[in-house]
Amino acid sequence: MVELSMTQAQAPAERQTGKIALRWVLYIVLVLFALFYLLPLFVMLTTSLKSLEEIRTGDLIALPREVTFAAWRTAWSEACTGIQCEGVRPFFWNSVLIALPAVAISTLLGAMNGYVVAQWSFRGANLFFSLMLFGCFIPFQVVLLPMARVLGLMGMAGTIPGLIFVHVIYGLGFTTLFFRNYYVSIPSELTKAAKVDGAGFFRIFWSIFLPLSLPIIVVTVIWQFTQIWNDFLFGVSFSQAGTQPVTVALNNIVNSTTGIKAYNVDMAAAIIAGLPTLLVYVIAGKYFVRGLTAGSVKG
Amino acid sequence: MAPILEINNLYKSYGSIEILKDINVSIEQGDFLVLVGPSGCGKSTLLNCIAGLEPISGGEVHIGGRDMTNVSPKDRDIAMVFQSYALYPTMTVAKNITFGMKVRGVDQATQEKKLAYVAQQLQIEQLLNRKPGHLSGGQRQRVAMGRALVRDPKLFLFDEPLSNLDAKLRVEMRTEIKSLHQRLGASMVYVTHDQIEAMTLATKIVVMKGGIIQQIGTPAEIYNHPANLFVADFMGSPAMNLIPAKARSDSAGTRIEIARKSGEPMVLTDRKNLSLPENVIIGVRPENIADANAQSGSDSQEADCVIDIVEPAGADTYAVMELGGKHVTARLHAETTASPGVMQRLAFDLGKVSYFAPDTGLRLN
Repeated sequence: MVELSMTQAQAPAERQTGKIALRWVLYIVLVLFALFYLLPLFVMLTTSLKSLEEIRTGDLIALPREVTFAAWRTAWSEACTGIQCEGVRPFFWNSVLIALPAVAISTLLGAMNGYVVAQWSFRGANLFFSLMLFGCFIPFQVVLLPMARVLGLMGMAGTIPGLIFVHVIYGLGFTTLFFRNYYVSIPSELTKAAKVDGAGFFRIFWSIFLPLSLPIIVVTVIWQFTQIWNDFLFGVSFSQAGTQPVTVALNNIVNSTTGIKAYNVDMAAAIIAGLPTLLVYVIAGKYFVRGLTAGSVKG
Repeated sequence: MAPILEINNLYKSYGSIEILKDINVSIEQGDFLVLVGPSGCGKSTLLNCIAGLEPISGGEVHIGGRDMTNVSPKDRDIAMVFQSYALYPTMTVAKNITFGMKVRGVDQATQEKKLAYVAQQLQIEQLLNRKPGHLSGGQRQRVAMGRALVRDPKLFLFDEPLSNLDAKLRVEMRTEIKSLHQRLGASMVYVTHDQIEAMTLATKIVVMKGGIIQQIGTPAEIYNHPANLFVADFMGSPAMNLIPAKARSDSAGTRIEIARKSGEPMVLTDRKNLSLPENVIIGVRPENIADANAQSGSDSQEADCVIDIVEPAGADTYAVMELGGKHVTARLHAETTASPGVMQRLAFDLGKVSYFAPDTGLRLN
C-alpha cells in the first residue's frame, strides 16, 4: 500500500517536469522560427538606414552606427527606373489607382455572383459555379497571351484601366467563391420571406444580404488587396513606362543601377513597396480569420 | 360565396419525379386547414405552390376567387410564417414588420399605425427596437407572425412554425395561434408533421402521403372514421390498434374472430350485419378498450385477455396485450386492477371500430 502511494506521488512530479521541459522546447523552437522569418526584414530595415560607406565596411546584421534617412528620400523621389529618375512615388500612386477600383469592383461583382449562385437556383447553376471555380486554379501565365490579345482588341493595352480590368477578371473566381460559400449558409427561407413581402432581386440583395455580409466583405477585400498590390506578373506584362505598378518599379530600380549597387536605396524602396499590404495585415489580419469562420445568421 | 382557397387538379414534378399528384382541396373564409403527413409527403411543397414560391406543373390555384396560378407571391394577398422564422437579421423588429409595407410604398403614418396595432395584438411592443438575434425563440415566432399579420392578407400560410420550439413553448404558442385564429376569423393553411397540432388547431385536415391526399375531413371525421390504414395509424396517440381478424356473418350479426397466442381465438360479435370479406383488419382505439364494468355501452363486447405489460402514465394506465399477433394497447383508468400475466376482463366498444381490407387498406364500414 505504501509503495503504491509513493509511486503515485512520484508520477505527478515527473509529469510536471516533463511538461515544463516540453514547454521550453516548444518556445525555443517557436522563437527560432520567428527569428528565421523576421531576420530578412530586420536586415532590410537596418540596411536602409545605413550609409553606403557603413554597408560596405560593416556587418550585415549589425545595427546602424549612424541612422540616416537619405536612402529613403532617394527611393521615394530620386531613384532611377530606367530613363526616368522620379523614385517610386509615381508608381506607388499607379498601384493605388489600380488596386482600389479593382478591389471594389471585384468584391461587388463577386458578392452578386455568390448571391445568385447560392440563393437563386437556376438550371446550370452548379455548372456555372464549377466553371468559375475552375478559373481560380488557372495559373497567371496561361492567361497572359489571351489577355494581351483581348486588351489589344479593346484598345486598353498598357493602360491603368486595362490593368484594373485584368485584375477584376482574374479575381472574380475567388471573390465569387468566398461570397457563395458565405451565402449558402443563409437559409433560403429568408429570400422566400422577402419575396412574399414583395422585394425583388436587387432589393433583397441590397437590403438583406449585403448588410449581413460584413465578415466576408472584409475577407474578400483583404485577400484581393493583397493579391493585386503584390502582383508582379500582370503588372510587368500589361503596363508600359508610365503606368507601371510599384512592384515593377521596384524591379526596375534594383536592375537599373549602374556602377555601385545602392543597397540602402533598394532596401528602402522594397519596404515602401511592401508597406501597404503589411499594414493591412497588421490592422485587419485578425478579421480575416474571424470573417472566414463567422456564421452569418442565427434565427 | 367563393371559397377562399381552391386547388384544382394540382400536379407538381421536379424533373421526372412527381412530388404532388392530383391535389384537390378547397376551404371557406375562416377555415383553419392543416396539411399533415410524414416527412417527404409533399405538404411543404404544396404550401409553397399555394404561396407561389414554386411553379406548378399542372392544375390551378385560386385565392379569393381569383386564378393565382401564374401570379407572383407578392400579389397573391398572402402572408407566410416559416419554420425558421426567417426574420431579417440586420433589421430591428419594427423594421422587420414594416419591410413589406416599405417595399410597397405605403406612407409612414399608415406604417406606424399598423405596426402599433400588430405589436399590441401580439404583445411585442417592448421588443420593437431589438434585433432578432436578441430575442428568444417564442419572441421570434411572434415577430414572424406580426410580420404576416401586418399584411392583412386573405390567407395566412404557416410552414411548421412550431417545430423549432421546445415542447412547453410549443403548447403555449399552439394555443396562441388558435386564439389568434378565433379573434381574427382569418383563413389559415398550416403545415405540420405533428398530428396533435393537426387535431387541436384544425377545422379541416388534409392527410397526405407520398404526394397523394389520403383523406380530407374535420378532425372528428379523420379521428373516428379514418379512410384507410395509413390515416388510422397516423392520427391519434397512442396509435389505433390494427388487429388482423376473421369475419363471418351469422344470425347475431357479424362474428369477429381474433387469434391469440394462448390457443383459443377471441370472439366478438358486432350487432350490425356488415358484409365483410373473410380476412379483415379491425381498428380499435386504445380508449375504446376499457375495464369491463356496469358502465359499458350497449355496443360493448366483453372478453378476457391476458395482459403482458402495464404502463402507468399518471391519469391513465396503458395495458399492452397480444391479439391477432399484434401488440394491442388499451387505455384503462389509473385505478385499474390489471397486472402483467393476469387475465383481465375488458370491454371492446364495437360501435367505434373501423374495418379495413388487408390488401387495399381501404375502409370497409
